[in-house]
Amino acid sequence: MISYQIKESPEVYDAIVVGSGAGGGMTGYVLANAGLKVLMLEAGPFFDPAKDTMQLRWPWESPRRGAGTIRPFGDFDAAYGGWELDGEPYTRTAGTEFEWFRARMLGGRTNHWGRISLRMGPDDFKPKDGVTEAWPITYEEVKPYYDRVDRMIGIYGTVEGLPNEPDGIFLKPPKPRLNELYIKRGAQKAGVPVITGRGSVLTEALPGVEGRGTCFYCGQCGRACRVYGDFSSSSCLVIPAMKTGNLKVIDHAMVREVLTDNQGLASGVSYVNTQTLQEYTVRGKVVIVGASACESARLLLNSRSAAHPGGLGNSSGLVGRYLHDSTGASAGGFLPQLLDRKRYNEDGVGSVHIYSPWWLDNSKLNFPRGYHIEYGGGLHMPSYGFLDWVPGVNHLVPAKDGQQREQGGYGIGLKEDYRRFYGAAVGMAGRGTALARYDNYCEIDPSRVDKYGIPVLRFHYRWANEEVEQAKHMQETFREVLHEMGATVTSPMPGPETLYGLEAPGKIIHEGGTTRMGDDPRKSVLNKWCQSHDCRNLFVVDAGPFVQQGDKNLTWTILALSMRTAEYILEQRNKLNV
Amino acid sequence: MNRRDSIKALGLAAAGGALLLDSCNQANKAAKETATADGKLPGVTDTEHARNSRLAAEQFFTGHELATIAVLADIIIPADEISGSATQAGVPDFIEFMVKDIPSYQTPMRGGLKWLDVQSERRYGAVFVDCGKKEQLTLVDEIAYPQKAKPGMEPGVAFFSLMRNLTASGFFTSEIGVKDIGYVGNRPGVWDGVPQDVLKEHGFTDAWG
Repeated sequence: MISYQIKESPEVYDAIVVGSGAGGGMTGYVLANAGLKVLMLEAGPFFDPAKDTMQLRWPWESPRRGAGTIRPFGDFDAAYGGWELDGEPYTRTAGTEFEWFRARMLGGRTNHWGRISLRMGPDDFKPKDGVTEAWPITYEEVKPYYDRVDRMIGIYGTVEGLPNEPDGIFLKPPKPRLNELYIKRGAQKAGVPVITGRGSVLTEALPGVEGRGTCFYCGQCGRACRVYGDFSSSSCLVIPAMKTGNLKVIDHAMVREVLTDNQGLASGVSYVNTQTLQEYTVRGKVVIVGASACESARLLLNSRSAAHPGGLGNSSGLVGRYLHDSTGASAGGFLPQLLDRKRYNEDGVGSVHIYSPWWLDNSKLNFPRGYHIEYGGGLHMPSYGFLDWVPGVNHLVPAKDGQQREQGGYGIGLKEDYRRFYGAAVGMAGRGTALARYDNYCEIDPSRVDKYGIPVLRFHYRWANEEVEQAKHMQETFREVLHEMGATVTSPMPGPETLYGLEAPGKIIHEGGTTRMGDDPRKSVLNKWCQSHDCRNLFVVDAGPFVQQGDKNLTWTILALSMRTAEYILEQRNKLNV
Repeated sequence: MNRRDSIKALGLAAAGGALLLDSCNQANKAAKETATADGKLPGVTDTEHARNSRLAAEQFFTGHELATIAVLADIIIPADEISGSATQAGVPDFIEFMVKDIPSYQTPMRGGLKWLDVQSERRYGAVFVDCGKKEQLTLVDEIAYPQKAKPGMEPGVAFFSLMRNLTASGFFTSEIGVKDIGYVGNRPGVWDGVPQDVLKEHGFTDAWG
């Protein structure tokens, strides 16, 4: 039996950071390097890509050959987590849907992300569409931080001069794969621009950065990189910050509540050790929450006190509101020109080699904002199910001997078909702006707790017409591109009954908005520095502060904003304001 | 660190064309040595490893079922001049693991095997594995081609499709199969775009398209 005695730590930290992902990692890094004594709490285990990666393993080293039974992106994917975690449920209001992905480990979801590193542009911060809301900050205000993130962490790409797709400080980009050359040609014929990808992979040494290796092109960023050749919060931020001697990480620490004093200021946090179930409290002068948008909202809502009866920092009633993921839809086919293609190593980098930034004028469309397109295909490493599509399409083209085949089959002929079609597939996926709406939210489910006794989240999220019309537009675009590149389309055009293949909210793992920033404390949770309007020593550094994300994947903006917030904290400390 | 240092950090010797290819095997050997005595790889969690070990110790299929799976697997992927057969690549063991890993496969597989035996008994007076090659292939022909299967054969078509997918997965992710399909990556190297001869073959003038 364990006694229910809460262990109190005597030390008062300068800052407590909840979460070790992009936002928590960057904040911890900046504060520790400035000499603050920082405590970082992570709900999952410690993870060091140098030791814990599955990089360069072969499919037969997994008994399920990389199938996604345990980890949603397969056995070799670095993320410990998924949309369902044992003993950590969440619920949904009837008739709504949301899928909540959590990675419980040092570095959080930066362990498995696509390393696609896009800046939000001037129109993303101050939209001109008349529908979506403006941020309290401009691109110009965030730009210096984006620049510093580029220099500090590293990103490849090409300078394009596009107005709402700001250029960064780029390392040399990887060249396209063969299928990507076909995509580029086909997309251009369909009027869809294709540019070089932008990914946080060190394609060359990063000036001034020690301890990180250069990419050796295995294409396995998602497995975590042994030489720290890509961005993970663990390898680039947390582990270096620990080396300053100022940052202490406690893993297996699931934070229960942010504690407040009589004046309603944050005084520390309470947490449970997920292995021993021992309860702890620790004290800090500043509390920084970067547990991911929904987990941070949950933590604030569960931190009730006399000063904050509706949850910490929730006088506006907006914590959990304006939840929005990206939209996502996809299509695929194969290129008859790539059948029986010559074999060579085209693993490339683990991020995107090419993509299509949003290119259209919304005044001619029936939805606001837009989406970008990511592309896939190539001679990739075999893994569970990678040839399942072949017997379904092998009748669509004549065999090598010129004979028409029946769909399906077996034997020597089928074995030859598998070889023939390998590497001929192409896929494309749209990632677009979903609207931040008051009516899409997460809240505390009044009747359910997780295995630690912490009240769980209940989601309430519905797509609306804008997202559905966007998905329809994506699907039509995909088919034009596939047609123009001479591909045989294998995914049928989805109809309105499936919302045109629009993925359920949460599936794209870009959720944000739950602690939005703003100038008016009645209409926002945080000020423009990601500081709570209600509690001046409380900050949120994940995607919760996002007023409205663009179609740009979140991570680079989380990094820029959390760097900015960390420096604001340092400045406010000097002025004795926090 | 430059790329040469990266490769050193991987525990590989010198970085150079042919050496680089060899060094891949060394990298894997080195990595394998760090696995624990009971075969747990670094990065695999204790919970995952316990589940994998438990599944590996359980037995789902009967000896007869596994024998039938072996015959079907080699019908689907036989040996040819390029590589060995599905059973040579260990496909039946892989399928045995997968139905425990994904329990929703259990009934379709067990029921499908039984369906096949019943069909076989009715036609030839013997279960599938005891029939001659000719009889076996006659029956397989009726379930291997979804578009021309006769009414009433749908359960067999669905079963064969699952069996075919599991066989292809098991074969082409094995050491034999990866070599067969010609995947030559998963090793440190330099990506400098599509090789010149391939660009030319496909009508592209430069590596950027």
